[in-house]
Amino acid sequence: MEAVNRRNRAKKYGMVIDLDKCTGCGSCTVACMAENNIPFRKDESDKLLSIAWLHVYKLTNGKPFPHTDVCYLPRPCMHCEGHHGHSPCVSVCPATATDYDEETGIVSQIYTRCFGCRYCMAACPYHVRLFNWWDPVWPDGMEKMLNPDVSVRMRGVVEKCSFCYHRHQRAMEKAYLEGRRELEEHEYQTACTQACPAGAITFGDLNNPKHAVYRLKKSPRAFRLLERLGTRPKVYYLSSREWVRQAGDNHLQQEKQKI
Amino acid sequence: MSTADEKSRKAAAQPSGSIPTAEEGPAPADTAGGKVMAFFFIGLAASLFVGWIVFPKLLYSQKKQPIDFNHAMHVQEVDNGCESCHFFRPDGTFTGIPKLDKCLECHEEVQGDSAEESRFVNQYAQKGKEVPWLVYAKQPACVFFSHVAHVRMGKMDCAACHGNIGESQHTRVYEQNRISGYSRDIWGRNISGFKRHTWDSMKMADCAACHKRAGVHQTSVQTGKGACFVCHK
Repeated sequence: MEAVNRRNRAKKYGMVIDLDKCTGCGSCTVACMAENNIPFRKDESDKLLSIAWLHVYKLTNGKPFPHTDVCYLPRPCMHCEGHHGHSPCVSVCPATATDYDEETGIVSQIYTRCFGCRYCMAACPYHVRLFNWWDPVWPDGMEKMLNPDVSVRMRGVVEKCSFCYHRHQRAMEKAYLEGRRELEEHEYQTACTQACPAGAITFGDLNNPKHAVYRLKKSPRAFRLLERLGTRPKVYYLSSREWVRQAGDNHLQQEKQKI
Repeated sequence: MSTADEKSRKAAAQPSGSIPTAEEGPAPADTAGGKVMAFFFIGLAASLFVGWIVFPKLLYSQKKQPIDFNHAMHVQEVDNGCESCHFFRPDGTFTGIPKLDKCLECHEEVQGDSAEESRFVNQYAQKGKEVPWLVYAKQPACVFFSHVAHVRMGKMDCAACHGNIGESQHTRVYEQNRISGYSRDIWGRNISGFKRHTWDSMKMADCAACHKRAGVHQTSVQTGKGACFVCHK
């Protein structure tokens, strides 16, 4: 019975990103685009129309030299837990195209189910959801290099970061073949985690004390984006800089006390 | 102005016109009702005939496999049953229909006196060309199916889903849906959707129903059923 309970214990996959380590190189975005068959256009200058599941933002403290400070902030989907899995996007989706899995804590997006109303994009406070205004067009020959584990999206649907869930599916297949139902920490890692040259991204099960993220999320440097909205994101950020932690919750300059 | 005049004239004419027909008696009205019912049932029968018999015939094209494969004969020749050719790779993925190199382990030269085999060896094996098999179970790109989860963890044998394909001596006709491009096996032969065997249809509802029976965790917040990413990617 104990074994059964342990087997059924819910996972809560999450990420911890150390902003003090991030150099803003953008490797995570590139790895993500290649891994997840993310479409691109010839002219990507209009960022409102371009698609990147993991976007690197540049934050500045707004102070003049020599006190200027810059922080790069990679932003995947936060996979918000909300209250009992009712993350902002899941609550509003009228098509059941986006869903919260209580077993893994991952917010799924099913492209063939989505009809493109974009309520989820309006509901998401993190701008992680992106709309396909066009069918993807790949340069000649590139369609042969697409990842077969990730389905390509069509025009008129919303897409977002899945925490590379297909890697979980693949890892589970190997585990099943070896007669296991549990994954080792290294067996399921996202593409951005593995691509980061600075080792700023850590990924794992936030409920599992053996995983690095379990310890890191309790760090005094840890914070989450827009925490006061109650979305309960599963992506944690680490920074030793007070202004970065403040920016994470979008505090107003004239705000007297931190909420 | 003229249209308004016409309307008022029609309105005036109607009561006088309708009175005599009403006085003709109830008998003609009955026959009219009978005719309507007769037409209704003829129409219903005709549309059911078209919808259930003619349309499915038009909807599916009939295709032959490139090689008429004999499962029964191969199962006798190999040592390890289905898994001799349809096996798991070390990373847990499933080979499905084997690639040419698996066939070449035996068929570099013609082995027997079957015309199909010599055709296979001459047209594909010796030219190093993969056989363009038509996959009955091919699902859309957004579907993730794990054989190992069902076979090893679910302890299901091949026949539980594939039936007695291992005893077949010829390949079936591949019926392709002209609209969707997928095999008829996905919706199933019974257009009303009733099924007696596991393999009668392979739609999302079939996966969901079996998962519920088998005790796969129903962890979706939106639906209270199975989570989307169990079978989607």
